[in-house]
Amino acid sequence: MIAYQLSIFAENKPGKLAHVTSVLAKEKINIRATTIATADTFGVISLIVDDPKSAQAALMAAGMTVNLVDVLAILIPDKPGGLDELMQLLFKENININNAYGFVLESSKKAVFVVDVEQMAKAEKLLEEKGFQTLDTAALCAMEPSCSVK
Amino acid sequence: MYWEKEIETIERRQLEKLQLERLKQSINKASKSLYYGDKFKDKVINAAAIKSIQDIEKIPFTTKDDLRGNWPYGLVATSKDELVRMHSSSGTTGRATVIFHTAGDIAVWTNLVARCMYMTGMRKSDVFQNMMTYGLFTGGLGFHYGAEKIGALVIPASAGNSKRQIQLMIDFATTVVHVIPSYALHLSTVFTELKIDPRRDTKVKIAFIGAEPHTEKMRRKIEEIYGYKAFNSYGLSEMSGPGVAFECPNQNGLHIWEDSFLVEIINPQTLQPVRDGEEGELVMTTLQREGMPILRYRTKDLTRIIPEPCSCGRTHRRIERIKGRTDDMMIIKGVNIYPMQIEKKLMDIEGVGTNFLIVLDREEFNDLMTVKVEVNKKLFSGELKKLEALRKKIAEELKSEILITPKIDLVEPDSIPKGEGKAVRVIDNRKD
Repeated sequence: MIAYQLSIFAENKPGKLAHVTSVLAKEKINIRATTIATADTFGVISLIVDDPKSAQAALMAAGMTVNLVDVLAILIPDKPGGLDELMQLLFKENININNAYGFVLESSKKAVFVVDVEQMAKAEKLLEEKGFQTLDTAALCAMEPSCSVK
Repeated sequence: MYWEKEIETIERRQLEKLQLERLKQSINKASKSLYYGDKFKDKVINAAAIKSIQDIEKIPFTTKDDLRGNWPYGLVATSKDELVRMHSSSGTTGRATVIFHTAGDIAVWTNLVARCMYMTGMRKSDVFQNMMTYGLFTGGLGFHYGAEKIGALVIPASAGNSKRQIQLMIDFATTVVHVIPSYALHLSTVFTELKIDPRRDTKVKIAFIGAEPHTEKMRRKIEEIYGYKAFNSYGLSEMSGPGVAFECPNQNGLHIWEDSFLVEIINPQTLQPVRDGEEGELVMTTLQREGMPILRYRTKDLTRIIPEPCSCGRTHRRIERIKGRTDDMMIIKGVNIYPMQIEKKLMDIEGVGTNFLIVLDREEFNDLMTVKVEVNKKLFSGELKKLEALRKKIAEELKSEILITPKIDLVEPDSIPKGEGKAVRVIDNRKD
């Protein structure tokens, strides 16, 4: 399954991230993971949120440059070697990772590794064959205790 | 002390007589060109209508747009066979203007440059290192010819390659250099790097600095670093190039050679002449050019006439160092750049938004150009890699147009303030 990552263009200066978080806070959007990639004077803020479409709309209404990017959110066990197993598989299949980050869902139990790869469909199929679970936005949300009671 | 005593110290009245005579010749010559021939046809302007040099006001101004609009041969007044050289303003592609010279024009120009150099104290025994770009730009060849005319040994080093410049300077005991002021300051950092003291380890005593506007403070700084005298040089390709106006040993204003150019200062708004001593736009008429005479050329450079006579004995009036421009032309590292050139290029690049801003800074002694470019909202993919590729592409595209590599800052859409009316395209933070 494919999940959405919210990517926001931002200049590399104070207050830019604060602007993003204030808009999301107002919309009651929960942020699961964040990563920022910077190239000198500008960068891209990437977020995994519980409601990416509403988040995109709200950020764009606030004048920001936003895109929803397809990513694979892969469920992995939160234990030593948990990520390694996944990495060895992708390496063996020669799947290149452009960007990746992770977050823990349940300590010592479940974590999610988010990857942006070039061959999205191939990677997704492969992961499913090998028994990895990929999560879409709804599934990501459902896994979140605070989210599921909403 | 004078290259040509008689003409340099000519009595004003005699000079004006000479000017009137040459102005009439210039008008006659100019009327043989397609452009002026056509212009004068309706208005019945001819040499006979010019009774005094004040009558020049009957002649319409010529602008850079006129030169562009009649590119390339519209203002050529001789047979093309007579032309021996062309030069082009700062080598920019889209808006270049071309000036053609006959052998006679080159001889007159060379003599004027020699006159300038001699005035500052340069002699036959000197070793002259010309650190200006050779090529379409007039600063290279113009000075080269002038120096050879004096009989000095010329090192045609051309621009760039700082370590080699310093090596040449030391190996051949250079005594006179021609250099862009910002480059002189940059070069001083290379001297420091190499642990060479220009004051102690070189023999340079005279520098000609020009091709970009600079302040008195900057000149004094250059003189202090190098321990030489730096003389301000003014010229423009439309008036042949260097050799138009130059400082004498008094270093107080630039003598503008009035036997070769008729000088007016006008109010750029009303286009009326200002009084001697008042600031305005410099307007010049070639008095000796054959291949491409230009009448009442609006230089867009702001200056004023210094009316008081100069103690050096030269009667040709002085202009003050150039204060600025009446248009939006920027001069960076000696290259003339218009915001329009940047705008045109940017608009052709996919992924670029509608607004941009040019910021000029001076860091360490180097002029830096930053172009802030708004990204296009619709084309944002979310990938940093693509943004970096876009930035690289913009830098490369602009370099192909303006010859220098600007720093590119990608900024958010609508983040550049839009002024009311005409957009502010340039912020110049350069000081001294």
